[in-house]
Amino acid sequence: MTRLFRVGLMVAALATGTAACGGGGSTESAAPTTPAPTVSPVDPATAGNVTGRIAFEGTPPKPNVVRMDSDPNCVQPGVTTTEELVLVGDGGALQNVFVYVKDGLGDLRFPIPSTPILLDQKGCHYVPHVLGVQVGQTVEVLNSDPTLHNVHAVPTANQEFNTGQPLAGMKHIHQFSTKEVMVPFKCDVHPWMRAYIGVLDHPYFAVTGIDGTYSLKGLPPGTYTVEAWHETLGTQTQTVTIGASESKEIGFSFKM
Amino acid sequence: MALHLFAVLVAVSTAILIFAGGLVTSTGSGLSVPDWPTTYGWFMLTFPLDKMVGGIFYEHTHRLIASVVGLLIIGLAAWLWRSEPRRWVRRLGYVALAAVITQGILGGITVLWFLPDAISIAHAGLAQLVFCLTISIALFTSPGWNRSYSRPVSEYVIADRKPLDADHTLMRVAIATTGLTYLQIIVGATMRHTDAGLAIPDFPWAFGYLVPPVWSWGIAIHYAHRVGAVLVTAVALATVGHVLYHHRQRVELRRPSLLLLALLTVQITLGALTVLTGKHYIINSLHVVTGAMVLATSLVLTLRACRPEFAGPGERDMDAGSAPRDPAYVPTVRRAGLAEQTRRPGGAHA
Repeated sequence: MTRLFRVGLMVAALATGTAACGGGGSTESAAPTTPAPTVSPVDPATAGNVTGRIAFEGTPPKPNVVRMDSDPNCVQPGVTTTEELVLVGDGGALQNVFVYVKDGLGDLRFPIPSTPILLDQKGCHYVPHVLGVQVGQTVEVLNSDPTLHNVHAVPTANQEFNTGQPLAGMKHIHQFSTKEVMVPFKCDVHPWMRAYIGVLDHPYFAVTGIDGTYSLKGLPPGTYTVEAWHETLGTQTQTVTIGASESKEIGFSFKM
Repeated sequence: MALHLFAVLVAVSTAILIFAGGLVTSTGSGLSVPDWPTTYGWFMLTFPLDKMVGGIFYEHTHRLIASVVGLLIIGLAAWLWRSEPRRWVRRLGYVALAAVITQGILGGITVLWFLPDAISIAHAGLAQLVFCLTISIALFTSPGWNRSYSRPVSEYVIADRKPLDADHTLMRVAIATTGLTYLQIIVGATMRHTDAGLAIPDFPWAFGYLVPPVWSWGIAIHYAHRVGAVLVTAVALATVGHVLYHHRQRVELRRPSLLLLALLTVQITLGALTVLTGKHYIINSLHVVTGAMVLATSLVLTLRACRPEFAGPGERDMDAGSAPRDPAYVPTVRRAGLAEQTRRPGGAHA
């Protein structure tokens, strides 16, 4: 019995030590080790813009109703919540499309914004559903609900984390160390909750709103690959060349 | 008898725990409680009931049941240590205790390491072994086992470990059934934890064919699970057929054989429904626990078939030099050509 007890203790200690050394959520990720950014990489006198509209072709699918009664704190009387997968506005305007410059910026380095980006948990939904941040920029994930959430990011290039927020008002601070399009966020307590964050090393990204439009401002003259990403409809890319102080418009059209 | 009933309680509790664990995976709630061994910072047993919402309900309930099962197995091991005369049965209790502690730690690691596939599969596999250990202890402490299922004592003699009714064919096919069932469970766990449960979306065909026309890792592991079901069914039918043909009069073999047949039918039906319903979480979880029941039933049948291979009453591996703790166990000695048994006053068999 004594020998068995010692063996059991060793196994428990080994496993616990392994667990202690293993992965886990962190409130702060390591600062990126990229080269120092250029203070003013773009000359405003020659900067141009790329704008456009994202449309959905055909009849949009009818969104399914989301049942939130697994948590009474999420149910709002008289309110029917539906999925956010394909949101189409007037004139086929496609919402929640992440548009960004995928290629063409060369070796330009951009300062990391000091303004944090807010990802809120409100009404048992992530708000906004899709957003963009820069590498090293602070992301604040706030619990505005009177219930528990767990903030679970499932990236492939960055480090996975999973943090509990049992109380309203709790805030989790995070900085991504590597560019990645897109980082899914979920809540394992409320499985319908989803958000997507695009992490880039430059500021040229946008998310389409209810009118389906986007705007990438302040681009230096050059040839760029612009990509439009949607969580279920896939991605599309186009190449655009802008001259000094030139604005060009490129649109994208998605269908089921 | 009290020890046996307690062991049965532990086995039943373990089956409930397996179902609860199945619900955690089936509802995707494995990471709804990000910390361990605390729950959102609370000590496990003081986590407020009104906060058991959404996925937390499944995950935290699983942890609470696991704690109860852990305590029950501690109690079982202690009771065995105190009252069980057979050293090998006592040791089985200690092994069950070590296994359930390891299982708890594995469960914690799955949370802290974000459900790595290998750890999750190991957690599922070890759960089945813990269940098998509790089932075995319940069997070995049962009155039927200890009276060798009403066989005359003269047939179980220490000097001769091969009594007349030992059926080695049955032993081999029953062992094969149990082994293949466990392997099938591991394949099923691998399929579940690598998100391959619906890699083949139709049933009984595979993309409309008998054999999938396209392959990927998910399709391969899913198809292996279906082929495994056929293999398990085949050997199980061979086992059951052998029992019904050769040992129909032996209740201790007939009953688990028929139960095995019934459970297999239910399990295959649940497997089909799991695919056809798109992995409905209740059906999916019932499929998990029924798999455990199939394994347990096959194990009981196997052990009972192998009963003649165990020492008879008056176990030789009791503490050397000490009198048996339970006066019911009295050694039987064999003389040349003659079986002699020691009888207790009152005519009770040794």
